[in-house]
Amino acid sequence: MNHYAAWKNILIVFFLFITSLYALPNIYGSDLAIQITGTGDYIVEEKDLKGINNVLVENGIDFKSLEHINSNILIRFGDSQSQLSSKAVLKDTLNRNYVVALNLAPSIPKWLSGLGGNAMSLGLDLRGGVHFLLEVDMEAVISTSIDRYYNELRTLLRKDKLYKKIRKEDNLLAVSFKTEKQKNEAKKLIKKDLPDLIIVDGSESELEVSLEMSSNAQKVAKSSALNQNITTLRNRVNELGVAEPIIQQQGSERIVVQLPGVQDTARAKEILGAVATVEFRLVDEQNDVQTAIQSGKIPSGSKLYKFKDGRPLLLKTTVIATGENIVDASSSVDKDNQPNVSIVLDNSGGRTMLETTKEFLGYRMAVVFIENQVETIMEDNVAVKKRTKTQDIINAATIQGTFSNRFQITGIDSAREARNLALLLRAGSLSAPIEIIEERTIGPSLGADNIQKGLISVLVGFALVLVFMAWRYRVFGLVANVALTLNLITIVSILSMLQATLTLPGIAGIVLTVGMAVDANVLIFERIKEELRSTKNTQKAISAGYEKALLTIADANITTLIASLVLFSFGTGAIKGFAVTLSIGIITSMFTAIIFSRAVINLIYGGKDIEELSI
Amino acid sequence: MSLKSLNIPVINFVGNRKYALIFSAILLVVSIASIGFQGLKFGIDFTGGTLIELGYEKTADLEDIRSKLISANYKGTNVQYFGSDTEVLIQLEPQAATSAQLSSSIIRMLGDGLDVRRVEFVGPKVGEELTNDGGLAMLYALIGILIYVAFRFEYRFALGSIAALVHDVIITIGIFSLLQIEFDLTVLAAILAVIGYSLNDTIVVFDRIRENFLSTRHIEPSPIVNDALNQTLSRTLMTSLTTLIVLLALFYLGGEVIHSFAGALIIGVVIGTYSSIYVASSMILALGISKEDMLPSEKEKKEIDARP
Repeated sequence: MNHYAAWKNILIVFFLFITSLYALPNIYGSDLAIQITGTGDYIVEEKDLKGINNVLVENGIDFKSLEHINSNILIRFGDSQSQLSSKAVLKDTLNRNYVVALNLAPSIPKWLSGLGGNAMSLGLDLRGGVHFLLEVDMEAVISTSIDRYYNELRTLLRKDKLYKKIRKEDNLLAVSFKTEKQKNEAKKLIKKDLPDLIIVDGSESELEVSLEMSSNAQKVAKSSALNQNITTLRNRVNELGVAEPIIQQQGSERIVVQLPGVQDTARAKEILGAVATVEFRLVDEQNDVQTAIQSGKIPSGSKLYKFKDGRPLLLKTTVIATGENIVDASSSVDKDNQPNVSIVLDNSGGRTMLETTKEFLGYRMAVVFIENQVETIMEDNVAVKKRTKTQDIINAATIQGTFSNRFQITGIDSAREARNLALLLRAGSLSAPIEIIEERTIGPSLGADNIQKGLISVLVGFALVLVFMAWRYRVFGLVANVALTLNLITIVSILSMLQATLTLPGIAGIVLTVGMAVDANVLIFERIKEELRSTKNTQKAISAGYEKALLTIADANITTLIASLVLFSFGTGAIKGFAVTLSIGIITSMFTAIIFSRAVINLIYGGKDIEELSI
Repeated sequence: MSLKSLNIPVINFVGNRKYALIFSAILLVVSIASIGFQGLKFGIDFTGGTLIELGYEKTADLEDIRSKLISANYKGTNVQYFGSDTEVLIQLEPQAATSAQLSSSIIRMLGDGLDVRRVEFVGPKVGEELTNDGGLAMLYALIGILIYVAFRFEYRFALGSIAALVHDVIITIGIFSLLQIEFDLTVLAAILAVIGYSLNDTIVVFDRIRENFLSTRHIEPSPIVNDALNQTLSRTLMTSLTTLIVLLALFYLGGEVIHSFAGALIIGVVIGTYSSIYVASSMILALGISKEDMLPSEKEKKEIDARP
């Protein structure tokens, strides 16, 4: 009695081997490293290694290894000094096709990583980093689309002089006509050429009709705005140089951005949320700005702008070039210590710039900095979105010679601002304003603390439970302890295999599992004790104890599993981590506490004639 | 065979259940009153707002930080030491113009060279959503469990276990309200875990009650329930003890971030252990559980026999 078939024992040993193997990578530490990846379509290749090697050697930087894995280049360092200095050097030498980012690389031996062995991936609360939840201002998206349709509608109906007037009212276009016949013709045209515009139910009268975007067109506009913003954010994150960033859509109007290991979170925030661009316009030299302000009449063809310090200036409404035309931008500081941004325009921008500077030599040209911001404020306890658009002239300088696609902007306040502006211009502007609606930043020091404290509490809790079990159930307690240890190893191993993210609440889940995993053994052992009171047959007591407790254990664990599945689907990051480890722990404990412990008990007591059990 | 003859200490749980009932009623009334009148001290996860944890090299001067915040016109600020006197936690309720940029300007204002350990910003809308989702999660967990228990046992057991769970959740939240401990997202997670744990305990007892009903010829439910409670008692206490041991380790060693999480679990485990002994079983007795209910096949047979 109480024997497992050989195949069952072999299976258990095999399981032990596999879990230990895949838990193993976690005992190796990690190296300070630099990770080089390609931006956008560019893929880092094996042949890039040579150039990078040369750069490092030329600058006398010590490094442990340099390798090309999965279209990444990974350089490992012995100390943080050489890691940081080589980041600076590489960032200067490599062109913009490469992203140079600081990272930690696990130092797992080759044979192990060859088998697919991986260390657990640590969450932001353990390794430090930033989590942002960004919301795209979809009202603004629709409003901009309506603006565009307004222009298209006018062009469409102008040909045959069909309309009397088109007004934009909120997100509607109200069109009035002179005759009903014209209205009907216009309706036909709209249906044919602008099918995205539909007539608002019940808005049609004899000579008027209101149009809105069809729900499908709205959906398309929203999703394309979201996708464009994700692309822009990705560009910006690449510019910041972050290893393993996560940028993904959440729901229909939100974007999650996670940047592990970012130190300067303030800058990351500025860069991600900024909807900034520039415009180049000619200064209106014919009209006097003071007269315009006093009379309140702005000359047609001109618009009133202000410098940051409030000085007014009249600028022409025609735009020479915008941020859209910029293909490259970089910042530097000139010999007078003035920060500037060097701009490279695309072909069409360069052509217009050349024509303008030729024609208006000696005139002034202004650079207007435009920033759209959206924030949610509380008004009488209701959250409302507040949109602000700032348009500041950052400089207005006399055109002293003709130029086309390469020139510089000066008049920027600080080197930091110049750097940010250059970055934003390079990465492209966001198609719609976004707002950070949630931020969770964990500094590197707290991350390290969390790992340490989490580890200590797991170990101490674990040790206490071991002592307690051994004291209460003696030999059986020791068996339960071995099962519990195996359970811990199995959890680590499964987390590593799944590459599920381990967070601090996740560690709490493991701690809780340690406490609860012994429950199955407690149930079994108490049942065996009970059986021993009514029978002298120890073998029978063992097998009856296991059998009778089994259903109870299953029932109890399934209900806990239901609760943790709900936790998982509720799923904000922190809670999800807890639910994952708790669920894994419950499932693995069923194996270790029932099947594995039984195998060990069988080995110790099985088939022998035993008077008394040590329980 | 009676339990006494087997040398098992027999405690008259069922007989004492009216005292337990009074005790539970008092706890529930106090909890509900506290939640109703005093409310919960919600963390920024639910209210929205900004939280900044800073590390100073030397002992931080809280008064200085407070006066700086006041002179910069921030309202609803709370500044306190966090863990040690070189670490400071600053909390701000949502300001007139709340944005993620707020924390950056405060950190800049307080000076350079600070170790920014943690920044959390939750926009008002997100806070509202988390509150709703949290409530829903609790509801779904309860419904899911109700269905499973009703399916595995019987509806009276399901109602009994839900009564115990609601009891545990209300009292745990009540203690958070009474002591004005901050209630954040991790505490909510802990309460959901308590639901799972407490149920685990209850199920073990119920399983035994069902087994006893089936294996004995007695039909009086009270002694059967009482026997089951006594038989499972040492398991109930052992498991609660091991769980409490690890939770205490987490509470004292896991750091400030995990403190209220571990606290909520400790409260929940204690209440959950108590409720699975007294509340759940009292409830099924009150609902009139009987031997026939355990034997659905016999019940059906009787119905068939009763036909003319």
